[in-house]
Amino acid sequence: MAKRAALDIPNGSYVNLGIGIPEKVAQYVPEGREVIYHTENGLLGMGSVPASGDEDPELINAGKKAVTAIPGAAFFHHADSFSMIRGQHLDICVLGAMQVSEQGDLANWSTGEPDAIPAVGGAMDLVAGVKTIYVITQHCTKGGVSKLVESCTYPLTGKKVVNRIYTDLAVIDVTPAGFQIVELAPSVYFEYVQQRTAGQLLPEK
Amino acid sequence: MIDKQVDSLITAVSDIFDGATVMIGGFGEAGSPIELIHALIDLGAKNLTVVNNNTGSGHVGLAALIENGQVAKMICSYPRTVGSMVFPELYQSGKIELELVPQGTLAERIRSGGAGIPAFYTATSVGTPLAEGKEQRHFDGHDYVMEYGLKADFALIKCKQADRYGNLIYNKTARNFAPIMAMAANTTIVQAESLVKAGEIDAENVVTPGIFVDRIVTITNPAQESKLIAEGRVYP
Repeated sequence: MAKRAALDIPNGSYVNLGIGIPEKVAQYVPEGREVIYHTENGLLGMGSVPASGDEDPELINAGKKAVTAIPGAAFFHHADSFSMIRGQHLDICVLGAMQVSEQGDLANWSTGEPDAIPAVGGAMDLVAGVKTIYVITQHCTKGGVSKLVESCTYPLTGKKVVNRIYTDLAVIDVTPAGFQIVELAPSVYFEYVQQRTAGQLLPEK
Repeated sequence: MIDKQVDSLITAVSDIFDGATVMIGGFGEAGSPIELIHALIDLGAKNLTVVNNNTGSGHVGLAALIENGQVAKMICSYPRTVGSMVFPELYQSGKIELELVPQGTLAERIRSGGAGIPAFYTATSVGTPLAEGKEQRHFDGHDYVMEYGLKADFALIKCKQADRYGNLIYNKTARNFAPIMAMAANTTIVQAESLVKAGEIDAENVVTPGIFVDRIVTITNPAQESKLIAEGRVYP
């Protein structure tokens, strides 16, 4: 999924990658493209993971893991960092999801259970401010329930924010007519995906 | 002569009073002013409202301040970090209040507070539970939520280098909330890894201008939260 999403990151983009599988996108961006990675705790020009022993506790990413800064990187405070996000300066953000609706609503921060400790971080800022929102997610939960839904039952992160979804079964665009298949995963049939999708699914054009 | 240096940690924090709002810099351990937090634990001020992105880890720094029963309310974006068990336990037993704020809204509220802006509108959180009960307005066909600027009685921050005027520079991603918290607090207390002569920090490179800073304590080798946790340290 990360590999497929990486193909859609154009040369010259400013990109924010969410914690987890979205982070892997960076390693698959095709050679010859220069992409600048933003991490919301205050670094533009995030590089790869440092060699063991070279970690610096004051050079970390939003997931609080040690990273490096590329030559030409910049550090800045949180209000500047979130101005890049909220002021629509970043081109693409890749995030995980618990649910995505036909309308592009995203739920990815809370199950809404009463005893859960709510934690939102920068997710609501990213979906509200970044120009293009890509979601990477398994098509279904471990229990086999579709994460692509008619409308989200979990608390929302943002309304009408998702542009494209990369699942283990397909690449899907969110369109006014519903979930539009862009591409099916190798040896996966439309009917198979439809059976596992709880919303309107349109076949490949 | 203006000289904002103070000679000890406890002097630096001595007027933090019960019920004060205290902004504490740091994103996880990066930028966390551990020595100042520990001085606040020694001081014992209670019923504090603390503003920080997280709620600390292990039993040192911010987590220790919370564990010591000094914090009545946390204003933060992400209270569930790996290794943070103090806050979750108190929260679930109803012993501490939480105001959850999206990270960018938190940063902008602090910046606004420091810039004399009482409130602003943002697209962040529109249509989500965090917008419920908040005033909304429509601009150019889009919905926005009103959020209030945030000020504090005190800010505790860490920097790499300071001069006697309080001009500061930071270290990499340890900068995070410190410059805006310095602006938003009535009294900004800084722990600096080194203090240099006025003019040694190039005026072009000053990140926080001295007007936002009130007190500076030099802590040459600040403790690292993750190292203290790995050593099983508990404060006090």
